[in-house]
Amino acid sequence: MTTRIFVSRDATALAHGAEAVARAIGNEAKRRGVDATVVRNGSRGMFWLEPLVEIETPAGRVGYGPITVADVPALFDAGFERGHVHGLRVGPVEMIPFFERQERLTFARVGITDPLSVEDYREHHGYRGLENALAMSGEDIVKALTDSGLRGRGGAAFPAGIKWKTVLGTPSPQKYIVCNADEGDSGTFSDRMLMEGDPLCLVEGMTIAGLAVGATQGYIYLRSEYPHAYRALNAAIANAYAAGYLGADIRGSGRRFDLEVRLGAGAYICGEETSLLDSLEGKRGQVRFKPPLPAIKGLFGQPTVINNVITLASVPIILDRGAEYYKDYGVGRSRGTLPLQLAGNLKNTGLVEKAFGVTLRELLYDYGGGSYSGRPIRAVQVGGPLGAYLPESQFDTVVDYEAFAAVGAMLGHGGIVAFDDTVDMLEQARYAMEFCSIESCGKCTPCRIGLTRGVEVLDRIRAGIERDKNIVVLKDLFETMRFGSLCAMGGLTPDPVRSALEHFPEDFEVRA
Amino acid sequence: MPPKVAHEPKPIAPDLPEATATRVREVIDARRHLPGALLPVLHGIQDALGYVPEDAVPLIAHELNLSRAEVHGVISFYHHFRTHEPGRHVVRLCRAEACQALGARALEAHAKKTLGVDFHQTTKDGAITLEAVYCLGNCGCGPSVLVDPDGLHARVTPASFDALVASLREAAK
Repeated sequence: MTTRIFVSRDATALAHGAEAVARAIGNEAKRRGVDATVVRNGSRGMFWLEPLVEIETPAGRVGYGPITVADVPALFDAGFERGHVHGLRVGPVEMIPFFERQERLTFARVGITDPLSVEDYREHHGYRGLENALAMSGEDIVKALTDSGLRGRGGAAFPAGIKWKTVLGTPSPQKYIVCNADEGDSGTFSDRMLMEGDPLCLVEGMTIAGLAVGATQGYIYLRSEYPHAYRALNAAIANAYAAGYLGADIRGSGRRFDLEVRLGAGAYICGEETSLLDSLEGKRGQVRFKPPLPAIKGLFGQPTVINNVITLASVPIILDRGAEYYKDYGVGRSRGTLPLQLAGNLKNTGLVEKAFGVTLRELLYDYGGGSYSGRPIRAVQVGGPLGAYLPESQFDTVVDYEAFAAVGAMLGHGGIVAFDDTVDMLEQARYAMEFCSIESCGKCTPCRIGLTRGVEVLDRIRAGIERDKNIVVLKDLFETMRFGSLCAMGGLTPDPVRSALEHFPEDFEVRA
Repeated sequence: MPPKVAHEPKPIAPDLPEATATRVREVIDARRHLPGALLPVLHGIQDALGYVPEDAVPLIAHELNLSRAEVHGVISFYHHFRTHEPGRHVVRLCRAEACQALGARALEAHAKKTLGVDFHQTTKDGAITLEAVYCLGNCGCGPSVLVDPDGLHARVTPASFDALVASLREAAK
């Protein structure tokens, strides 16, 4: 029997040399006459093991990692294709504690299946949600989504069911489903991993959304910084068309749904939904006034569902297993699971999908294994460049939208970036202002001008020029931006700065 | 009444070399049917030529029935589009927080110093254009660098950056 050997094609695995490893294994197998085939899967999300090579054995998948090209002959000498012992053997992959303790619902197939194979997808519960949805009314699909308690995973956490219901209830000959795949927050990569590791899951989720609200055209707005995801999505979409899961007559139902990937062009603001819509229309990505809501007047002025990748990719399992199954996970008003991303200065970085309710400390130490540098973790930024910096005293905060809001922080898209004690928090505060001044769309004054002034004020504080007075100016600027900006970027940029000042005031003192 | 004079039609983009204009038209023709075609068109032009020449703006505007101001406004809004020919390789350095936590600031200073350029500039030998990028989605294994369209590198140190640059220069020879 042909042995299946898995080597990831995830971008992070590729950055560690997975392409060359996959090629070397294929060549070595041929040279030795070993009956094996190399499958390019997604990543399991344990980056310290990448490139991780997995062998399918009767007892499950056994892993070896991290593997370099130089290791390959020795692996064959040891008989790794039969799961035999070797110094880099990590054992059954799904029993590695980092992985075993997760609750993978949205990421159930990532790292397991061949991402581009419709057949493999179907064998692993794929398209069951769609089969169910094809037999349901739009109202019933929307109700299932509402009952599941799913909230937008892009960061704003708005109940997805309400968005869909609004689009469903707005009559129009043309409606759209738009996927926000402009994952610009530093420290986040769950959208990317899902799109590279299980793109058909997103395709299925968008198709179900189309059926639910009566939309026949979908767009995935993907950031241009994700070339590998672009390839995976286009290949998966082509395969879905070929298998009759997209197009004029989905699986003989007479229902239509078309899907196209569009590339962004390096603008952080286009992750804001109304900027994204303007960008899709071929314009500068500037924020729109709300109302009208995109659900009523969205893309090209038509009713539009616009959701993040993870939101849409969570739809298939809800339609497959039912709203109650999904809702059973989580705490309070945060239902289901959140794919959290461990990034920055941590030993074990990667993806942890957990039900809401895990603490930040567990993620940093039990999963993350503490800092990569071996020094104490001093600050953690959660929720991207607009998220607050949390000090050690807040590490027991529970992963729950409301719990994070209660400490003046934001869960956002679930990115967790750890810094050790060499971090200079005034520099981080300055960077927050600088980054947003580069990325401001320029539509409203507090953001366009305020951010540049913010950088200057922080420079004066660093230089010890009228430090106390400038702190007052800075705090005044927070107010102006928070209450005077049109969108979340202007409104939230003060958060990382304010939290740095509040929790790490010593870094804002005049240096001797 | 003044006599009628037969005018030659005024060229739309007089400063654009004919061969370039032909390629630009091909890109536009393949995409003009798309709703909101401007971004796909600009991507297509940059993929074909390496940049979007300023002299092509009037042609793009004419073909898509937009004003020159609209086209210029879109090109200048997005960091991805450049209006000057880049070096033989484009090296994008991630400046974002997760990479900072692992030494991206020092790497940035090192890269600028050793290459002798700032962001958006090309080395004197024409080998490398240095660009800033804000997140490549490799946040678990920074500092990250992207070379050309899809050459992603993880855990880049000043030493491995120098080796990378040397290999790019070697390949360009």
